[in-house]
Amino acid sequence: MSAVMTLLRRETALAWGRGGGPLVTVGFYAGVATLLPLAIGPETERLAAVATGAAWVALALASLLSLDRLFERDYEDGALDLLTLSDTPIELTCAIKCLGQWIATGAPLALAAPIAAIGLGASVQLAPLIFACALAGGLAFAFLGGIGAALSLGARRGGLLTAVIVLPLFVPPVIFGGGALSAFAAGLPWQGGLALLGAYAAAAVALGPLAMAAACRNALS
Amino acid sequence: MIAGLSIRALAIRRGGRLLFSDLSLDLKPGQACALTGPNGSGKTSLLRAVAGLVRAEAGEIAFGGGEAEAARGAGLHFIGHQDGLKPARTALEELRFWTEWAGGTAGQARAAADELELVPLLDLEVRRLSAGQRRRLALARLLAAPRPLWLLDEPLSPLDARWRGRFAEIMADHLARSGLILAAVHDPLPGATRSLEIPA
Repeated sequence: MSAVMTLLRRETALAWGRGGGPLVTVGFYAGVATLLPLAIGPETERLAAVATGAAWVALALASLLSLDRLFERDYEDGALDLLTLSDTPIELTCAIKCLGQWIATGAPLALAAPIAAIGLGASVQLAPLIFACALAGGLAFAFLGGIGAALSLGARRGGLLTAVIVLPLFVPPVIFGGGALSAFAAGLPWQGGLALLGAYAAAAVALGPLAMAAACRNALS
Repeated sequence: MIAGLSIRALAIRRGGRLLFSDLSLDLKPGQACALTGPNGSGKTSLLRAVAGLVRAEAGEIAFGGGEAEAARGAGLHFIGHQDGLKPARTALEELRFWTEWAGGTAGQARAAADELELVPLLDLEVRRLSAGQRRRLALARLLAAPRPLWLLDEPLSPLDARWRGRFAEIMADHLARSGLILAAVHDPLPGATRSLEIPA
């Protein structure tokens, strides 16, 4: 248990520093959210209609940012060997790494998401739901992203490969979260979308580590 | 736990090339074996196979009873070419982490740092350390979280003459406490009770 806690502390600290950490991730997110109105045009009605969806897609893209280094650094400097050589199952180690990634970048993004959406013209009442969706979605993004990061270990330009592997897996959470948000905005029942998003995140947390562990073992041997 | 190391008829294939086959070795507590052989003969691969990081083509590796996976998880230390240290973290953070990961305590980490004269370096980022200092920081794990089997891949190469001598004493202490050492070396391994040459 103490090994798990000490690993979580380390992974969070490493994710906090990786590629500039949460500041750069949130900055990138803010950048994408600022570019959108410039492309779509300044009419408030048109912007408000796409605000939540735009904020949601920008969030998915921003979560990709520092993913490629999640396993790559440990693989290159030999730390992954030592992390594997332990009583702690590799599956659990991979899950902790993703959890650290989520704490360091997913949580700050979840705080920034409602602000960005409201800035784009979404109604203030949406803020709590956007926060909840971003929190659950971010968890799914971190664990699915981990699969891509582990699969692209040892590949040249692994970062691009990670994005290509992971983006299709991001489709369901983007649909579920976007669906819940637009249903809420239209005054329709939105709980179903959020529940599906939560279920998808739970499945990613449960199954992602199995895939990551297999990919890590394969990369090492 | 590890009560011995026995390798039977081991063959390892890497990238389509058979590195060696029919390799056998028995190591009992208190023994150290020096693995020698030219570059690329498979010394590192053998160490990685013992650590369970590389799958063997044929043969078996046992640790004197008990399940191999559990024996590896709690019974061996692996010090490879790469030391697994993050350049941007301080020496203290890295030593603490790897000690706790291997089941040691902060107090043991401190004692190991003392023994390897790392205390003045602990506040520095790993990137500021020299190759020999980094290696000493990696070797500190061996002392901070005691485990019976040490797998060492050219442990002495970055160390200066004084530290080679000191590490020879540390290895002798480990063997005296019924430890086992399997080390890939190019120079003679001090205190080795036997050697195994892997042919090219």
